[in-house]
Amino acid sequence: MNLILAITGAVLFLILAPLLGGLIAGVDRVLTARMQSRRGPPVLQPFYDISKLWHKERAFANPVEMIFTTGYLVLIAFSGALLFSGGDLLLVVFTLALAHTFLILAAYAANAPYSTVGAERELIGVMVAEPILILLAAGFFMITGSFFVSDILKETVPAIIYLPGVFLALFAVLTLKLRKSPFDIATSHHAHQELVKGVTASLSGRTLAKVEIAHWYETILILALMFLFFAGNPVLGIIVVVICYFLEILMDNLFPRVTWKMTVKSLWIATILLGVINIAVIGVVGGVIG
Amino acid sequence: MSSSGKSPWLLHYNASSCNGCDIEILAALTPLYDVERFGIINTGNPAHADIFVVTGSVNEQNKEVLKNLYDQIPEPKVVVAVGICASSGGVFRDCYNVSGGVDTIIPVDVYVPGCSVRPEALIEGVVKAIGVLEQKRAVLDSRGSL
Repeated sequence: MNLILAITGAVLFLILAPLLGGLIAGVDRVLTARMQSRRGPPVLQPFYDISKLWHKERAFANPVEMIFTTGYLVLIAFSGALLFSGGDLLLVVFTLALAHTFLILAAYAANAPYSTVGAERELIGVMVAEPILILLAAGFFMITGSFFVSDILKETVPAIIYLPGVFLALFAVLTLKLRKSPFDIATSHHAHQELVKGVTASLSGRTLAKVEIAHWYETILILALMFLFFAGNPVLGIIVVVICYFLEILMDNLFPRVTWKMTVKSLWIATILLGVINIAVIGVVGGVIG
Repeated sequence: MSSSGKSPWLLHYNASSCNGCDIEILAALTPLYDVERFGIINTGNPAHADIFVVTGSVNEQNKEVLKNLYDQIPEPKVVVAVGICASSGGVFRDCYNVSGGVDTIIPVDVYVPGCSVRPEALIEGVVKAIGVLEQKRAVLDSRGSL
């Protein structure tokens, strides 16, 4: 029974996540446009973009990009499928890191200046985001005694009560994960990139489409991680996730010029102040909860 | 209209324009004209672009750059010459260092005259370019080369 449930979860994620992720990306672009007093593109614009990219000529700076971007897409999808099948949270986090390594390799493979700088900054991004994701896994283990998502979902008391700091740290890193900031790497659709999109600068056509689809998978994955904090109360969970995403768009439009240095400083401070202290407190009073 | 027409991404290159047309291109991106309504994005990256928007006449210094950018755009692609200088060389066409309009170096599909162009004319030119882009894609598709 559990196996059937796990497989259903994984399959549903693999099929629905790109559809939902693309739709979120579309709504994101419309909301951003409205915040800038523009009308913005149709909600389905991200799907038109993918369809267009799929019908472009296959041109490569280096043919190995094809393997690396496919690896990125497959690993992100695998990581999300693991999460949605109730798998090990640690494995989800590590697969996600490996997926980003593939994207970075794809960018390095082009051997072009913008791609190389983009790859270096993407590495810094991974360095900033990973500690928070590992703290998240550790935090869930400390309060539920298991790394398995299926066990975490069985908890009746939402984890947010014990891990508010870790949740806020995850919210802080959301801006990086959604590729909105820093603007000197952001591969979002805003007209404010400095590095002509950095990592994807040399990718075109299908390889670029794969990176975009992988990004939709990742959006759903990260939002699902946020939802885990409200496992006992799904309605509240969905409401909070929606509010968080909206705040993210608002923040992106209020602070469109966040550089990578500022990102590293602010996110590390957020990780240490909110995440590490939260985990430390849980560790100290652990006896009470356990 | 199929998908390539709904998502035309632009690459803008200033060959040797006086910046008049370039300012009008940027104006088209502002809330007043908002070309993102048509799914148009100003990419600044030849690898991502479908429509190559060139302003200004081409001179001996930058014709190689222009050719290089054109070659980096994956098929199907369309070139729009924006402004009279890009269309024919304009008042600079007889200068010793000017090669002429953009079409002396790369094939041009749509000409948008004006000095400088009005954003409305520019948007109309790009919408015409979308039609050409569709045709080119259909031809390439029928040859099975995509």
